[in-house]
Amino acid sequence: MSDATGTIYTETVIYSATDAFAAAVPYQTAIVTLDSGGRVTGRIVSAHGERVRIDDRVARVEFRDGVPFFRKIA
Amino acid sequence: MRPVAVIGIGKTPFGAFPGRDLRSLAVEAGEKCLKNAHTAPSQVDAFFLGNFAGPLFVGQNHLAPYVSTALGVHGVPSTRIEAACASSGSAFFHAYTGVASGVYDTVLVVGVEKMTSQPTPKVTEILAGAGDCAGEIKAGSTFASLFAMIARRHMHEFGTTREHLAAVAVKNHANGALNPDAQMRKVITMEQAMNGKPIADPLNLYDCSLISDGAAAVLLAPAERAREYTDKPVRVLGIAQASDFVALEQKPDITTFPAVRRASGKAYQMAGVGPADIQLAELHDCFTIAEIIAIEDLGFAPRGEGGPFTLEGHTARAGDKPINTSGGLKSKGHPVGATGVAQICDLVLQMRCEAGERQVPRHSLGLAQNLGGSGATCVVAILGTV
Repeated sequence: MSDATGTIYTETVIYSATDAFAAAVPYQTAIVTLDSGGRVTGRIVSAHGERVRIDDRVARVEFRDGVPFFRKIA
Repeated sequence: MRPVAVIGIGKTPFGAFPGRDLRSLAVEAGEKCLKNAHTAPSQVDAFFLGNFAGPLFVGQNHLAPYVSTALGVHGVPSTRIEAACASSGSAFFHAYTGVASGVYDTVLVVGVEKMTSQPTPKVTEILAGAGDCAGEIKAGSTFASLFAMIARRHMHEFGTTREHLAAVAVKNHANGALNPDAQMRKVITMEQAMNGKPIADPLNLYDCSLISDGAAAVLLAPAERAREYTDKPVRVLGIAQASDFVALEQKPDITTFPAVRRASGKAYQMAGVGPADIQLAELHDCFTIAEIIAIEDLGFAPRGEGGPFTLEGHTARAGDKPINTSGGLKSKGHPVGATGVAQICDLVLQMRCEAGERQVPRHSLGLAQNLGGSGATCVVAILGTV
């Protein structure tokens, strides 16, 4: 089972952030239940403003500074 | 173990006080408390300070003797306890164990935080230090966003609604409006609470507690000696502290706080009472969803029913289970390290019949629940006038 795919356990869109993330707002974070087991907190990439919801399937696109970024898959 | 009583309380108002520093706030609360118990600083056997992030907010370390010596408490053990938003709840718990065990007779506990000297993004960054900085925080989480994810999952599993969250804020503001020491003495409407500025979806500004300066203090002594100090002693009938994972992603189920269940289970057992016996409570409403889940974890309502329980009015001052008659963290204010002790002070005010306009008629058995971070620490205390 892959640790690069999983299912959204919960999510939020953040509008008020620390200075380090101020340029990114609004941005979505989520806790993803990985197919390989366990959960991880990551960011959601969205080129066209789409967002993920609970139970959506996602795949990891990349790590940035150790943080996993996911996007929705069919 | 011997019975323990709260023999004195003291609080500063909560708010934004540009001219006040951390130590002056802590000293004001401590002096009011000692005076309230007709006790001299020289009679204090030990001092505990609850403080979350003084070193980051105001750049001062070694805070316990920094505060206790300014209070005139010299030479005795003086210890700071940090447990995020449960810092002074934990300080209270450890002070209790010191008196109950017979190591100390008279212990002063002060909780303090000075937050408003930093701009909001910096406060958000400092508060995030109560989460897992190598994981969830690095990914961009704020504390509001962690509780937003909890709310989102609670909504998904139980059908909790935005209206349920708003009902918590409206109720707590209605109470805080009657509290002269509250930071935001403002009644709000359901419409306002439903439509506040978005912070972290589904939470808006009205779901979030305040950024505050303030301090609170209590004095503990053996119950058998309490009447030497006050004619209105309040007994600590049950108390427990419990812990859990810091990172939200490590919890198997984020719609419940195991530390709250564990701490309250032990406190109920120790006091020999159950949730139905509790007449009033001060709960940790750092975010509106936290009060809803606390209602469930403490057994006041079944799982998933905390929202409807609130909307139906059970937790209002006129309800059968008044919660946060002080206004809670939402309206009274949330100087993080002061909150746990402030909850005890507010319960004691009700139990002494000194709560003024917000006084409730049934006030002989109360519960305080202080939560740290996203649930990694919880302290539950049950107080009684029996």
